[in-house]
Amino acid sequence: MIMSAKVDTSLPLEYQTEQDRMNILGFWVFLGAEIVLFATLFGVYGVLYERFAGGPTHKDIFVIKDVMIQTVLLLTSSFTMGIAIFEMRRHNLKGLIIWLVITLALGAGFLFMEINEFIHYAHEGATMQTSAFLSSLFVLLGTHGAHVTLGIGWATMVIIQLLKRGLTPTTARKTFIIGLYWHFLDVVWIFIFTFVYLKGLVA
Amino acid sequence: MKKILLSLTALLPLLVLSGCNMVVFEPQGPVARSITDLINWSLIWMLLVVVVVFGLFGYIVWKYRERPENKDYEPPEEHGSTLLEIIWTGIPILIVIALTIPTVKTLYALEEAPKGYEEKEPITIHVTSADWKWIFSYPEQGIETVNYVNIPEDTPVLFKMTSASTMQSFWVPALGGQKYTMPKMETEMYLVADNPGSYDGQNTNFNGRGYADMKFEVLAQTDEKFNEWLADVKETAPKLTESEYDDLLKPTHMGRLTFSNTHLEWVNHADPHSKAYTNPELYRGHGYQGKTFEEEDNYKSNQPNVMENHGQGGHDESEDNHGGDHNEH
Amino acid sequence: MKAKITMEVTIMSIKWDEFFITGDPLILGSQIAIVLTMIGAVAGITYLKKWKYLWTEWLTTVDHKKIGMMYIISAVLMFFRGGMDGLLMKAQTAQPEMGFLDSQHYNEIFTTHGVIMILFMAMPFLIGLMNVVIPLQIGARDVAFPQLNALSFWLFFSGAMLFNISFVIGGSPDAGWTSYFPLAGKEFSPGIGNNFYAVALQIAGIGTLMTGINFIVTILKMRTKGMTLMKMPMFTWTTFVTSILIVAAFPIFTVALALMTFDRLYGTHFFTVSGGGMDMLWANLFWLWGHPEVYIVALPAFGIFSEVISTFSRKSLFGYKSMVFSILGIALLSMVVWVHHFYTMGSGPAVNSFFSITTMAIAIPTGVKMFNWLFTMRKGRIKISSAMLWALAFVPCFVIGGVTGVMLAMGAADYQYHNTLFLVAHFHYVLIPGVVFAVFAGLYYWWPKMFGFMLNEKIGKWHFWLFVIGFNVTFMPMFFLGLNGAVRRAYTYSAESGFAPLFMLSAIGSIILAAGFAVFCYNIYWSIRYADRNISSDPWDARTLEWSTASPVQFYNFAKLQEVKSLDPFWHMKKKNEGLTLYDSEIEEIHMPSNSWLPIYMGVIFGIAGFLLVFEWHIAAALAAIGIFAGLIIRSFDYNEGFHVKKDEIHRIENAWRKTEGEVHDHVS
Repeated sequence: MIMSAKVDTSLPLEYQTEQDRMNILGFWVFLGAEIVLFATLFGVYGVLYERFAGGPTHKDIFVIKDVMIQTVLLLTSSFTMGIAIFEMRRHNLKGLIIWLVITLALGAGFLFMEINEFIHYAHEGATMQTSAFLSSLFVLLGTHGAHVTLGIGWATMVIIQLLKRGLTPTTARKTFIIGLYWHFLDVVWIFIFTFVYLKGLVA
Repeated sequence: MKKILLSLTALLPLLVLSGCNMVVFEPQGPVARSITDLINWSLIWMLLVVVVVFGLFGYIVWKYRERPENKDYEPPEEHGSTLLEIIWTGIPILIVIALTIPTVKTLYALEEAPKGYEEKEPITIHVTSADWKWIFSYPEQGIETVNYVNIPEDTPVLFKMTSASTMQSFWVPALGGQKYTMPKMETEMYLVADNPGSYDGQNTNFNGRGYADMKFEVLAQTDEKFNEWLADVKETAPKLTESEYDDLLKPTHMGRLTFSNTHLEWVNHADPHSKAYTNPELYRGHGYQGKTFEEEDNYKSNQPNVMENHGQGGHDESEDNHGGDHNEH
Repeated sequence: MKAKITMEVTIMSIKWDEFFITGDPLILGSQIAIVLTMIGAVAGITYLKKWKYLWTEWLTTVDHKKIGMMYIISAVLMFFRGGMDGLLMKAQTAQPEMGFLDSQHYNEIFTTHGVIMILFMAMPFLIGLMNVVIPLQIGARDVAFPQLNALSFWLFFSGAMLFNISFVIGGSPDAGWTSYFPLAGKEFSPGIGNNFYAVALQIAGIGTLMTGINFIVTILKMRTKGMTLMKMPMFTWTTFVTSILIVAAFPIFTVALALMTFDRLYGTHFFTVSGGGMDMLWANLFWLWGHPEVYIVALPAFGIFSEVISTFSRKSLFGYKSMVFSILGIALLSMVVWVHHFYTMGSGPAVNSFFSITTMAIAIPTGVKMFNWLFTMRKGRIKISSAMLWALAFVPCFVIGGVTGVMLAMGAADYQYHNTLFLVAHFHYVLIPGVVFAVFAGLYYWWPKMFGFMLNEKIGKWHFWLFVIGFNVTFMPMFFLGLNGAVRRAYTYSAESGFAPLFMLSAIGSIILAAGFAVFCYNIYWSIRYADRNISSDPWDARTLEWSTASPVQFYNFAKLQEVKSLDPFWHMKKKNEGLTLYDSEIEEIHMPSNSWLPIYMGVIFGIAGFLLVFEWHIAAALAAIGIFAGLIIRSFDYNEGFHVKKDEIHRIENAWRKTEGEVHDHVS
């Protein structure tokens, strides 16, 4: 914001001004904090994951087919987000918006599946209050789900701005940052898939 | 003025050290003695550090302070000295090593019966801390005491500790260090008393309104007296019932109690799957009250009328005669 | 005690009889005082017609210097509150079996004392100084994200206010500043007091995390030309490392507090006795954040001492490189020592040995720093100003804190010190010299830069001596009380214990300490009224870039961004008489960020939502939270590009302060 005057057009759109470069670096640092946050939640889950207190266990509630669908949806959405950024680098606004919308649709599909999963758990008598295992499971999954929800809302704002203002260094930077965020959520999900679902089914 | 003040600060510890007897420096058993030895060892080194730094500090500040005579003195450009850096990194490393070795040795030694007492058969006492009282169970002897514990002298005592409520800490400074007591967990500690005598014990981990008065007495006795006491308790003390025990766990203060059986017969709070005796309703205090949660295993659901029966909630100063005349000590 | 079983089906039923805390004359007095103060403030501002000024110049500002000053003002207020808590504790324990406070009241007071002093006094005081000084020291015009910076402040302020009202509305938290479970859970603390802890610290913590991110980017990206990492002033270095620690540690606290909130508000089983919860998990999470937190406040303080000692010895810092590496070493080690807060939990000798060694190892880099400070003074010309006095007193007092820290680090010995007043004395000997002395040193040192006049040196010396003597008299006896078996957090003790004389001595010390604080407040008042305004912009003959610009600093900081060739750049500029003059041709338009109402709006709305959540009025809290999202959306669509300062204006401002040079007073002697 302070030295916005200097524009270096040799760089990709989102890196052209100093302020945008700082915003992107700041977001990377923020993702560092997010990694610590999720690492802590994984740690908590790792400590509590066998404390069933007489309630349902992993095997009683996990439905692997639904989890596979969620995984495919989210992994694909990360891929389409990649294409969207690729279109942005080609200065193709239309392509960018189309791929962003596809990404969000996949994200919404993931969320729909996750909410269904929670409803299913509740029907099985597995709620957040049942046991330490379920408390940590719900909070870990819920935190990730809340991030996805926030990401969808945020990306929608960015799409509106892209439609209104077209591709400028500022809108490009905003798009790039939401892209980083989306990939990050995908990485977190891979860890959830491995350490929560696969491990739970094997154990 | 400053210098005088600083030297006074340095003298203060010595003054107080000589002036009063501190329980940590008067160990009454081998466990406490091993810790005191460690503390004394560390004190020597720390005193050395204090003397060196204070000396250097006083000298430098005095010598290089601004005076009218040195108004024109312009300090040299100076960026550091590798040799000095090595010296003042190296020496602290040596000091840390000198402190680490006995620390680790003591840490391992404290986990076992103290040296010289391995031969003697230890007696096991279960400690259950509750709000705001200490319950001691002698499973081999089949007796239970509240807020006092009698032990034979010169015999290692293995305390197996747990809590029926919050996290607390069991500490008898004259006999040894402390350890936490936690619900659904068991911690262990050995203590030995050299001589017959009465030693103060208390909770050191804050646990609510009654914390400050959560104390107990350790009475070390000769074998003969101890056995006499055991026999007496077996013969005359009442039996503890489950419902009496439920009452006992309510957040109250009380005097001493003695029973000729132990609560371990129906619950050991160290067991991770044991019943939780929580009841938030008994902890309501002032201020805005929030929602509380029903738990399947909690106290209230098993004992719906507990408040109506024994709801004084205050200081239940019951007393019995097995604990001896503790006021004498 | 109420035996009523509360299982409300209704979402929001207000129990008005429990809403205000009643029945205690001390609290009633505070309630009246708070209401009167608020009425007085509103009436005063209205009478002086200062509302617009307040709004445009302060409440909506994004200027790092003003934000810094607001942090510092809040911190001084919080110091007063935390200090009052401390005095009440000392009064209660002055004699055995005192009836001044009951145990519940005492428990609340030591809890709020701890939380307020660490999180709402030490942190904001240091963050305030960081805000004022860091952009100036690196030769920048603001921080990387000025509006985010304002948001950080307002979230901190909102959290602090929410926490502070607990003692008059709803009830204070009463489980200690560590809030150990299961005690802090609903099973043993059904009142909402501990909700205040969970929610208020969460709000303030988000603000702190954003400060950390902001300063990392600021220091990495906005250093002026030529200032490589190894040419940064030491305070900038410590701020940088502290910011990294904030980013690494605060998310852990965020999670811990969130889980606490879930346990208390929604009946989950993270730390409970029932349902498979694990109380030890809280202790681990808390100290995983809590120990780095100690260094988050200690490191910037070390930076301040480095600046002050170097300036007043008229020498560059001795062993700059080893100072930098020791900071990094301390920061790394601070992440792997947390278990030393609970050796007594029975983790076994191997674990305790490991953490004993890592903890004692921290003494090594700290010792290196200590000797480097001493050798910075050696061969110097030590000017004993008020700022320097604090730095000097720091050395011996902190050494006592340090050596007792090593003693506590020895796992086996800790079994005898743990939870006693020995421990309490130790951490006060670390935090008061390490942090409070530092913020006083920093305040005396940078005050003229902030306001264009100095704090009175003579009153400053009274402040210093009373405070330092009071501090030692208060806390030295506590070492011996601890070794004699006196435990922390006990509201009373028996006459037979023999503790009475030392407790009385400690209480007397606390009065001297309080007198020192009062003199400090008087010094601020006196200096605002009477201090000489006609002073140089570089009154201490200092060494770093913040002293190369006007006092008080013009809003754009520097008319021309300087080029740096070495450490202590301003010192060398003065020596070589380079870059001190500004030529007309060098003046260019300056781009600056605009003020914004969003940060304060977000602070208010977070405060309201937090308050409703504390009282467990979930629907109302959710409705208020919509306001938070509205704020985020408005921010997303905000394309305000700031404004440009015209050449004429820069010309006028620069002329004004550069001309007065030469006819100013020398105020140091």
